[in-house]
Amino acid sequence: MTAPLDTSPGGYNHTPDHSPVPADPRVNVAREEGQRDVFCGLTSIVWLHRKIPDAFFLVIGSRTCAHLLQSAAGVMIFAEPRFATAILGERDLAGMADAHEEIDRVVGELLARRPDIKMLFLVGSCPSEVIKLDLEKAAERLNTVHTGVRVLNFSGSGIETTFTEGEDACLRSLVDHCPVPDANAKPNLLIVGCLADIVEDQMRRTFEACGIEQVDFLPSRNAGALPAIGPQTVILLAQPYLGDTLSALMGRGAKHVPAVFPLGAEGTRSWIAAGLEAMGKGAEIAHPMIQSAYDRAKSALAEAHNLLSGKSLFFFPDSQLEIPLARFLAAELGMQLTEVSTPYLHRGIMSRELQLLPTNAALREGQDLDTQMGRCIDAKPDVTVCGLGLANPLEAQGLTTKWSIELVFTPIQGFEQAIDLANLFVRPLDRRTRLAV
Amino acid sequence: MELALWTYEGPSHVGAMRIAASMRDVHLVLHAPQGDAYANLLFTMIQRDKARPPVTFTTFQAKHLGGDTAELFQSRVKEAAARHDPALLLVGASCTAELLQDDTAGFGKRLGVNMPLIPLDLPAYSKRENWAAGETFYQIVRHLAPREKQPAGERTAGRPRCNILGPTSLGFRNRDDLQEILKLLDSLGIEVNVVAPMGASPADISRLGDADCNIVLYPEIALPAARMLERNLGQPFTTTIPIGVGATQDFITELCGLLDIAVPEDPAFHSRLPWYSRSVDSGYLTGKRVFIFADGTHALAAARVAKEEMGYDVVGLGTYERGFAKGIRAKAAEFGIEALITDQYLDVEAAITDAAPDLILGTQMERHIGKRLGIGCTVISAPVHVQDFPARYSPHMGFEGANVLFDSLVHPLMMGLEEHLLGMFREDFEFQEVPSHLGHQNKSADNNTPTEIDPIEPAAVDQSSVSWTGDAESELGRIPFFVRGKARRNTEKFAAERGIATVTLDVLYDAKAHYGRR
Repeated sequence: MTAPLDTSPGGYNHTPDHSPVPADPRVNVAREEGQRDVFCGLTSIVWLHRKIPDAFFLVIGSRTCAHLLQSAAGVMIFAEPRFATAILGERDLAGMADAHEEIDRVVGELLARRPDIKMLFLVGSCPSEVIKLDLEKAAERLNTVHTGVRVLNFSGSGIETTFTEGEDACLRSLVDHCPVPDANAKPNLLIVGCLADIVEDQMRRTFEACGIEQVDFLPSRNAGALPAIGPQTVILLAQPYLGDTLSALMGRGAKHVPAVFPLGAEGTRSWIAAGLEAMGKGAEIAHPMIQSAYDRAKSALAEAHNLLSGKSLFFFPDSQLEIPLARFLAAELGMQLTEVSTPYLHRGIMSRELQLLPTNAALREGQDLDTQMGRCIDAKPDVTVCGLGLANPLEAQGLTTKWSIELVFTPIQGFEQAIDLANLFVRPLDRRTRLAV
Repeated sequence: MELALWTYEGPSHVGAMRIAASMRDVHLVLHAPQGDAYANLLFTMIQRDKARPPVTFTTFQAKHLGGDTAELFQSRVKEAAARHDPALLLVGASCTAELLQDDTAGFGKRLGVNMPLIPLDLPAYSKRENWAAGETFYQIVRHLAPREKQPAGERTAGRPRCNILGPTSLGFRNRDDLQEILKLLDSLGIEVNVVAPMGASPADISRLGDADCNIVLYPEIALPAARMLERNLGQPFTTTIPIGVGATQDFITELCGLLDIAVPEDPAFHSRLPWYSRSVDSGYLTGKRVFIFADGTHALAAARVAKEEMGYDVVGLGTYERGFAKGIRAKAAEFGIEALITDQYLDVEAAITDAAPDLILGTQMERHIGKRLGIGCTVISAPVHVQDFPARYSPHMGFEGANVLFDSLVHPLMMGLEEHLLGMFREDFEFQEVPSHLGHQNKSADNNTPTEIDPIEPAAVDQSSVSWTGDAESELGRIPFFVRGKARRNTEKFAAERGIATVTLDVLYDAKAHYGRR
């Protein structure tokens, strides 16, 4: 079947509506409990440290944390990366006072070695959470000792965060350090969530061309440039996994614009339109710059549509990008959804996306790995989106897979990247048809 | 608290996973928080395994903390036993679960599963991957192998028979090393009783007693079990690691001695290494300075091959395994150098920078150091990388392993004839100062002013008080790039020691003569 969506040039309905949209009652989400094959939030450090080049991420954790970061980062590109692990030893576990002194010592050595660091994140892990090591207290103390560097803390532990939720926790910690604007400050559009610099630049150009004077991003590209946040701020989420950050921003009086996420030509236009409407520039959606980028993206996607249309798709839970991705692949490329699983469903953030999902897709929150593997193998989807640990075992069963982590590392948002995103799904299928062995 | 940028060894529970993943019909349940399952990708991505490792993680989250993590553990063990029905169940805890003190051992025993269950103690805050792999294998052997020597009559009669202990999932070249040793044993007329842990079932472990001796291919993992088998069953074990021609010959001699059979005078096999090393084109290898840093076993083996079989000078030797420090220190003392025992990556980088070797024999970490310093590196040890599982047959052990080693210890260097020609033609404008087969290593290779190419120099220099005259500097630029860093360092050291502030042409050649005399 084809997706029951309007993919005509008119695209998604972007009627201005600033109130949270109630979840579509048609959307049933099954909850699953069991063994999970997911990364913990520490993995977010792999892209966060690149996004904020003057920040350092110090995990207070175990050898496992260090090994995870190393394995997730894949190759050891940097001699001295801007992340490291302070590995807890038996001595540290003996007494809490000792652990705080040790943090002070390690941070002192680190900052002496890396004077270029302007922002230091103390990152909590499973072990540090279990022994209740108070990193907030440690950050406060270190801020009084070290001038010229801002010390923050967040938790990337697997008991509290799943994969991309590490970014949520990190951005949440930044919110408290964002300045309060003047009473007469002009409205600013705040785009929230890590994006590749190239995507960020495209979005800034687009909104500025439409007459929005103040376009800010969180995270900012350096520690000293945090945006002012207050009642005049309009929040447009660029990533879907930012529930806590959104709450904190709204706590500062900022206004959330419900929108679909900027994936695909339609998704991007709808997202831009939502931002423009909220900033009182709704008519600018007809701006020639947007129209030409939209047309370019649509025509680039046409061939991918021919290759992907009718192909079935199965999502393992991983990044919380599953639902927006499924919406794009179904609506704009004609793929059929079998199962779409997400580690956590934030209905408020996902409301627009859920409305656009085909009603026949099985939606799941959580995971029971063994039964899900069985379902996937039985369903024989044409493409399966899954974590690195599962990809080869599924390929060995004759399935075609796409590593989900690539969808987090690759610039996929915006008009110009829509075709890159589609090609991430075309390539594994293309490869399978090429190989004769 | 220890600051770690990169680690050489993973955590303890990964060692236990490697043993479980090596064997057949074994399942491991790990009490571990959500996220620890990342370790699956080591097996399925690095080693390209076609199945997930036989490991169930409890993947507890915050909502489970405070009471029901132990319950969760018990239900996961029962589920895993029912779903996978293994012949042996292992249970253990990762670093976080160790802090919860859920008594996985006690709960595991009381669950009444229908198969033997071994609780593992994997101290996460004091031990590491290799130790835990050795401990897990030891526990399996302790629980399943016979505890007493079998009466002579019950031993299967026939050819001399041995077990091979040590080959493990994610071990460096273990897959091919095992094949090479199996071939070698076959040619010696020695039968193999059991290979473990790689490919062994729990039933195979219970047959370990039916062998005359044990071959320990990888002491990091097999030594504790081999010692126990010697104690309980009187099975002696080999101590020579058959890496390199000499060590392989010694290994054959040792093994034949243990089995009380004659050492074949002219083994039907041979390596090309001895002749290739003697071939005149290998002359340029003489005295090449190598820096070795690896796990204990591979570092020791590489040191012998480098010195005795390649004619290199070993200028650095070290390991990240403190358990092997003694052997490495003794070997380093033979070379008149100080051993480097550390798992701090930056210390290794500093030591290599300081030694400015011609070649590094190391791990993937040292390969990256080499890339940054412009020094070739051959990977000889774990931690492993997808590149360490080549499609082709590529052992490091045995006689074919020696062939592979010869090639891989030469490849990163300037090709022999090329190096001679380099001296003759270096002033020609077409000249490029990188080996023709390694053209990608230096972007400035396109530049026809070779003096600008100096990958080692900036990092190596620290005698900033010494300045150079223009003609001395340009003369230095005419020295091949791979020795230029060392020449600059030696010259500046020579000058500094004599209170000379400026290096002139004369000082440069005085220094050359001074160091050449050694």
